[in-house]
Amino acid sequence: MTRIDNKPSGRGDAVTVRGLVKHYGETKALDGVDLDVREGTVMGVLGPNGAGKTTIVRILSTLLAPDSGRATVAGYDVVRQPRQLRRVIGLTGQYASVDEKISGRENLYLIGRLLDLSRRDARARADELLERFSLTEAAKRPAGTYSGGMRRRLDLAASMIGRPEVLFLDEPTTGLDPRTRNEVWDEVKTMVGDGVTVLLTTQYMEEAEQLASELTVVDRGKVIANGGIEELKARVGGRTLRVRPADPLELHPLAGMLDDLGITGLATTTVDSEAGSLLVPILSDEQLTAVVGAVTARGITISSITTELPSLDEVFLSLTGHRASAPQDPEPADTRQEVAV
Amino acid sequence: MSSVTPLTADARIPLRGHLRHTGALIRRNLLWIRQDPESMFDALLMPVVFTLLFVYVFGGSIGQALGGGQDGYVQYVIPGMLAMTSMTLSQGVGTGFNQDFNSGVMDRFRALPIGRGSVLFAKIAVELVRMLFATTVLMIVAVAVGFRITDWPGLFATVGLSAAFASAIMWVFITLGVVMKNAQSVQAMGFLVLFPLQFGSSIFAPTDSMPSWLRTFTDYNPLSSLADAARGLMVGGPVAHDLWVTLAWSVLITAVMAPVAIHKFRTKS
Repeated sequence: MTRIDNKPSGRGDAVTVRGLVKHYGETKALDGVDLDVREGTVMGVLGPNGAGKTTIVRILSTLLAPDSGRATVAGYDVVRQPRQLRRVIGLTGQYASVDEKISGRENLYLIGRLLDLSRRDARARADELLERFSLTEAAKRPAGTYSGGMRRRLDLAASMIGRPEVLFLDEPTTGLDPRTRNEVWDEVKTMVGDGVTVLLTTQYMEEAEQLASELTVVDRGKVIANGGIEELKARVGGRTLRVRPADPLELHPLAGMLDDLGITGLATTTVDSEAGSLLVPILSDEQLTAVVGAVTARGITISSITTELPSLDEVFLSLTGHRASAPQDPEPADTRQEVAV
Repeated sequence: MSSVTPLTADARIPLRGHLRHTGALIRRNLLWIRQDPESMFDALLMPVVFTLLFVYVFGGSIGQALGGGQDGYVQYVIPGMLAMTSMTLSQGVGTGFNQDFNSGVMDRFRALPIGRGSVLFAKIAVELVRMLFATTVLMIVAVAVGFRITDWPGLFATVGLSAAFASAIMWVFITLGVVMKNAQSVQAMGFLVLFPLQFGSSIFAPTDSMPSWLRTFTDYNPLSSLADAARGLMVGGPVAHDLWVTLAWSVLITAVMAPVAIHKFRTKS
């Protein structure tokens, strides 16, 4: 009953976060985070290790109580209505949280029973999801024998058992090889096609671009940018042109010259002194041509010129003028420390 | 989540739901044993090894001192051994929990709409099954080395009493399992707690010959009461006092440690 009363009718925000603060001892993991995810969309939360991404997910899935601030998921308050909330969410952690000692099928059956499905329904749902996530052949083997990708798929299947309204994916592909990562992306896209609202955390711009329609960039517990993915891409430059002059002394003059010409994208040109190159956000092929033309006209020798999708680091450079606060770490072994700190 | 207030009717989990969840989790824990039969080795071997060790290595000497020889010692030590076996096995509950936390499985359970107690009770239930198994093994070995079961109802009462006390002690180990960083430290800590309690008691030898400072400890040690009660129930002698003391300890330990364990379990991040 109350659910209907409390829940905003029609398509609204599936997740609302206001002024969320969380400390771990002296460390401020979240420092006033605001976030809205509209129903049926995929929100990407992008940030480096230690930015607070996992803390957000843990609070939204009721695993952690916030120090202050408010958060609701599907209309339920994370602090006051945890039980109702748990009924409508699915959670896939950085760590594939499946039971390694029992089989894939038993894992799914167990979750089904814990979600109050009858024995028969739990069995049917388990088989259906095993089929859908291409795990039928491995269904009877202990999950501990699965490959990384299979385990991640089983984890996704487990979070889909209760047909959740909101799905939290905490770094779903961290530690996976590129091929497996693509597999997981395909599965997530299928799930999104079913109309599930997804909040996804990631360290990879590419992943955000593949899966998310909107993006929130977090750093040191704060939101530093948010908006549609196209909008943000435009802000950081749809692509980044990396120009490396043969003589590093030319870096700053070159940057000044390009700024004066005003042919770069919405963000300004930045100098990456460490790499001895210039990052020029560009929006179009015309701008690319113009940059090359201007450089040639000035007679500056270039040792390399490449275009790339902005990496997380470049997004940070463009948005904040500084690099991501912690080095990107592709090792999954370290990711849990974000929680432990 | 310190203020969990289920405001609405649909938030409360009905008793049937709790039973269903606990049942599903018991099934999961039993599947662990089927998947990994070696995990039963401790339950199988410990009673065998300890019984043989104490009866044949120390049994002659202690028995002589007691005046009943080795046969007399068998009658003395087996009831105490039953108490000890259940104690030692109750440790497993702590390491099991710790593994669940570290593997992330517990996060999944805690994000599901189930009572937090279901996870705890399922674990305790399965440990009690293991205990029953170990007790059966112990009694078979006991009879093989000459123990005479004279009082079957007494034997069953002893098993029940041990289980009750072990369930109380399990809350201590659950707390350790939740609080400690890894399974090894849980095990090491459990050993540190259990070892002095087990050996500083009347389980293996009467306390008469012990120095007075140690006797003070052994007399108040709940394992002495459990062992003495077991002895009274299985081979005869005074029972009532030790039985009540043991039950009182079980209630006291549960009353103190169950809320602590549940609190730590709920608030662990």
